[in-house]
Amino acid sequence: MNDARTLSYAGTADYIASTDLMQAVNVAVALTRPLLIKGEPGTGKTMLAQSTARGLDLPFITWNIKSTTKAQDGLYVYDTVQRLYDGQFGDHDVADIGHYIKLGKLGEAFCSECRVVLLIDEIDKADLEFPNDLLWELDQMEFYIPETKQTIKAVHRPIVIITSNAEKELPDAFLRRCVFHFIEFPDPDMMRRIVKVHQPHLAEKLLEQALDAFYWLREVPGIQKKPSTSELIDWVQALAMGGVDPRQLRDRLPFLGVLLKKDKDVERALQVVGDGRRHGRH
Amino acid sequence: MFTEFFYLLRAYGVPVTVTEWLTFMHALAAGLVEASLSDLYAVGRTVLVKSETFFDQYDQAFQHAFEGIETPQEIADQVWEWLQDPLALVGLSEEERRALLNELGEIDLDELRRRFTERLNEQTEAHHGGNYWVGTGGTSAFGHSGWHPGGIRVGGESRHRSAVKVAGERRYRGYRTDIEIGVRQFELALRRLRQLSTRNESRPDELDLDETIKSTADNGGVLSLEYRKSRRNNVRVALLMDVGGSMHPYVRLCSQLFTAVNRQSHFKDLRTFYFHNCVYDHLYLDTRLSLNSAVRTHRVLQELSSEYKLILVGDAAMAPSELTARYGIIWWGQENEEPGIEWLRRLRRHFDHAVWLNTIPAAEWDFTYGRHTIAKVRTVFPMYELTVDGLTQAVRTLMVRR
Repeated sequence: MNDARTLSYAGTADYIASTDLMQAVNVAVALTRPLLIKGEPGTGKTMLAQSTARGLDLPFITWNIKSTTKAQDGLYVYDTVQRLYDGQFGDHDVADIGHYIKLGKLGEAFCSECRVVLLIDEIDKADLEFPNDLLWELDQMEFYIPETKQTIKAVHRPIVIITSNAEKELPDAFLRRCVFHFIEFPDPDMMRRIVKVHQPHLAEKLLEQALDAFYWLREVPGIQKKPSTSELIDWVQALAMGGVDPRQLRDRLPFLGVLLKKDKDVERALQVVGDGRRHGRH
Repeated sequence: MFTEFFYLLRAYGVPVTVTEWLTFMHALAAGLVEASLSDLYAVGRTVLVKSETFFDQYDQAFQHAFEGIETPQEIADQVWEWLQDPLALVGLSEEERRALLNELGEIDLDELRRRFTERLNEQTEAHHGGNYWVGTGGTSAFGHSGWHPGGIRVGGESRHRSAVKVAGERRYRGYRTDIEIGVRQFELALRRLRQLSTRNESRPDELDLDETIKSTADNGGVLSLEYRKSRRNNVRVALLMDVGGSMHPYVRLCSQLFTAVNRQSHFKDLRTFYFHNCVYDHLYLDTRLSLNSAVRTHRVLQELSSEYKLILVGDAAMAPSELTARYGIIWWGQENEEPGIEWLRRLRRHFDHAVWLNTIPAAEWDFTYGRHTIAKVRTVFPMYELTVDGLTQAVRTLMVRR
């Protein structure tokens, strides 16, 4: 475990992490346990993994999970069709099955010459059984390929970061083996720093007004899909490029379509703004 | 004094297991907690709690366990005590204990002690020999701007506010699943209300690969495609909602929620009706209970087969006469030949599965206004409170095979 302790994550220039979050990453690294990250969409779960890799200066491997992904896909795939094809046309030596074993992302991470950061993105998208199927592999960091009678064992235990949008509950056995962190929605101070990382040359006044409008909008009752960080960053950029007068921001809400993605939400927001004007705000 | 943290966590309802406790010991042994309560709080939560829905309970347990612990020395002592015998608390057999300890491996206690001492000295110096290293109530110069409520590092002083105090703020109350209900959680809970079945009226529209291969082989190698029906949700739901009076704030929420869920998980059918306080001869199709939207309850029962899952949403709090008396209906100009309770029993008999979701929290059912009628209704329907946990239980009841 000694080599693990020397690695310490402290955020990167392009990613603002809270102390809690950095600590969670470091706990996961030191204990060589997978780190499970949950949080509202747009709180930077995926970016955390990238930032961790950069911050620790390690290679980065992503395994994107879809509803059809099977645990096996991450380990290896035995390309029987290619082998049959080669057998028929005699292009290659088909006796060597190893030739037709293609490692998945997890296999890749295990076989890497140096320690890597492996992101298993949106694990809750997959089947309910998916996490359970990976228990042994993530615990022992090894798996067996019956076709070649070969055991793939991690040269260096990868740092595994798993994100979840809480669409499905994860099995207890899986949770027991993870360490967990919940990313809260950033408060205005934090958000100011995050936006500045992405838009360093933004006028202070515009940023203040934009943040003000953004947090107000998130609180408007009846909005179904609340705007998140990534939408705010896009919006601020649009505002800066469009040369909008900051004073008009909250009354006009220009480029609202960047923040709100549902027709109904846009209508609702405009309606509330309209009511506010009629009642003589400003 | 706080050696009971493990038990406290469990007592407050955080599902901690021995495995996780051991991982916690690993973390301590690895020196991740450097004699600070904030570290202990953060690392403990990362390792011991696996869902934000238990953060509030964790906060409470933490506060309970560490109330009054102020100096780093006390914290260091505690960590020490744990590591001497990491499994002292947990009721394990000698054998199990040895196996687990084996797994934990050799802890370099001397090294750890050295690091602790170093850290302690550092802190004492940095804080000009103040009495309290962890600032509470502003006694420490570093107390206030330190541990930001948002968990954000503000300058270098981020670790100097009492973690107990932070825990005491109970910021995670809103994430508890046994108190509040949000649209998203609601969808999650209701997603279980699903019975996938291929026995539906849809056309075969999915390629059945196995059958295709078999049939192609039977066919002498000439491709022969086989299709099968895709699996669809077969659940039908009848939703009866109490409107008016005390129920008003919930009505829109409930109908929105159920409609949203319906869009998403595609119930085979969702029928919504409204009533006021109790079901009698008529149900209504709109929330204003206008007379031209009235349908006869008998008619509804004829129409809906017993397969429909019946969900009643209401507070079940009314005057006893509304439930038990003939002509007890609260509305002028309407009368009911049969008492409401008879109607409820009739509903219960008709449907295979039925639940009542109550907007009043379960803890108040025995005391609140309407406790008599609530008790009475509960003899007819299994009743759950309208929280995520309550809903989850209700859905379970609805999905039981009979």
